[in-house]
Amino acid sequence: MALISIDNLTVEQRLKAVSLELNRGELLGLIGANGAGKSTLLHAIAGLQSATGDITIDDRLIDTIPPHERARIVGIQPQAVSSAWALTVTDIVALGRMPWGDEDQAAINRAIERAGVDEFRDRIIDQLSGGERARVWLARVLAGEPQALLADEPIASLDIHYQLAVMAVLQNYSREGKGVIVAIHDLSLAARFCDRLCLLDKGEMIAIGTPKEVLTEALLSTAYGVPVDIDLEREPPVVLPK
Amino acid sequence: MARLVTSFLTPLLMLALIIVASISLGFGSTSVGVFAGLIDWLNGEQTDAALIIGEIRLPRTLLALIVGASLGLSGAALQGLLRNPLAEPGLVGASQGAALGAATVFYYGVFASLGTLATAVAGLLGAGATLLFMLLLAGSGRPALVIMAGLAISTVAGAALAVVLNFAPNPYAMQELVFWLMGSVSNRGLDSLTILFPALIIGSALILSQRRLLAALSLGEQIAESMGQSIKQGSRIIVLGVACLVGSSVSVAGAIGFVGLLVPHMLRPFVGHRPDRLLIPAALLGAILVCVADIAVRGMPFGQELKLGVLTSLIGAPFFVWLVWKERKRWL
Repeated sequence: MALISIDNLTVEQRLKAVSLELNRGELLGLIGANGAGKSTLLHAIAGLQSATGDITIDDRLIDTIPPHERARIVGIQPQAVSSAWALTVTDIVALGRMPWGDEDQAAINRAIERAGVDEFRDRIIDQLSGGERARVWLARVLAGEPQALLADEPIASLDIHYQLAVMAVLQNYSREGKGVIVAIHDLSLAARFCDRLCLLDKGEMIAIGTPKEVLTEALLSTAYGVPVDIDLEREPPVVLPK
Repeated sequence: MARLVTSFLTPLLMLALIIVASISLGFGSTSVGVFAGLIDWLNGEQTDAALIIGEIRLPRTLLALIVGASLGLSGAALQGLLRNPLAEPGLVGASQGAALGAATVFYYGVFASLGTLATAVAGLLGAGATLLFMLLLAGSGRPALVIMAGLAISTVAGAALAVVLNFAPNPYAMQELVFWLMGSVSNRGLDSLTILFPALIIGSALILSQRRLLAALSLGEQIAESMGQSIKQGSRIIVLGVACLVGSSVSVAGAIGFVGLLVPHMLRPFVGHRPDRLLIPAALLGAILVCVADIAVRGMPFGQELKLGVLTSLIGAPFFVWLVWKERKRWL
């Protein structure tokens, strides 16, 4: 049974009748050019964007779930995050418990461990590098231990070391029987980490399937408007513009 | 030491508040026994000490404490809601709105049927309306926009206040209003507490009920909403709470500026910069600061009394300049 089923999801001028399923234990990559509708789709699932169509989580229509309960099931890491105040890493991660109304230390410690931010848990967020911050934002979502974790371009602007680290965290989380959807621009990393990929083009889903099925020259050049070099047999796989 | 202060911040502030309040009760041109005077006053005896403590110093002290607490808490709540360290009741237009509302009542007897409550209700409506207009105009919590919208709305309220002053029924009324606008807690009487105290309780309860929203907003509106918080409803409740606090304070004590700006900044390092933990300490420190400032005003050797609001502005304005300087360094 799918964790999340999306049927005919439409957001005026941004998303056209998208239908897909997210399974437990799966890392689903959301790819497509800028403005293709990746963020809109994630926001609609998280309840940040009103949309028509049906979203069901564990067989419950999402509109029937009260906001705080929905927040326990779906956690989102939006694209641009910043802290208005000079909070400590631990306090930021603890905010992730808000949907549960507690400050469960065990859950907070687990999230800190998973995201690998233990060594700077007492530091102030302003003092951390971009890569360190990205993992803190992720730890905040992980602390809520949502059934479905949505991450909107969590590796944009990170160096290759942190890109791999963050993708590994997301993959490991999905392997615990949770579902993860990640919007991602790096197609090589998408091919390497994601179980399935969903390709969006101008708000329409033009392909969904394994990386092999979606990362084809025809589909990618349609979506991105440039010819691409694809070598999925390599370890790790490579997808680059020509 | 800093860690010790952090752990016992609220009890320490409470202790300081009691000390400051006792000093305020004992401070004045005539030396009288504070406790003896209080007990006499409570027993309804007509001694000098009872009169001085019960009729003059107690109302003044309580007023300073409540107005200070209201302003400190409003500042902390506004800064948290707008995620903006420069937000303050005076800078976002709330004080001017409250002043406009209260001044209109003073002159033209609007809401006459409400009796003594009229100025407070008008102050509250004025503060609430300017805050709502400011939020509508700013459209978001972005610091620059909030300050610009606050400036615009303050200017509008200031212009309207100038019109009210312009058409003052007589010169004395105008003078009275100008002095009142400068802010003071003297000669107000215990009656004004019947407005201020309930407003403090209701305003604080409204704001404190939203402390989780304030914490969540640290990471932005999207994350707060994704964690199940209702931003629309929550910010309305906070604005209503701030309007309650600022409206009632300004309608009784006039404009006492910069308390709401200063207090949260002084406390932030001791609460780990958490907006939710800032609220109660900000109310306590606000009360302490305004009471201390009022003692200072009373202790000045001038023939004419320096108005409390003028003193807080003299201290607060350079602090505001320093804050802008600090922000500037972040951007340049």
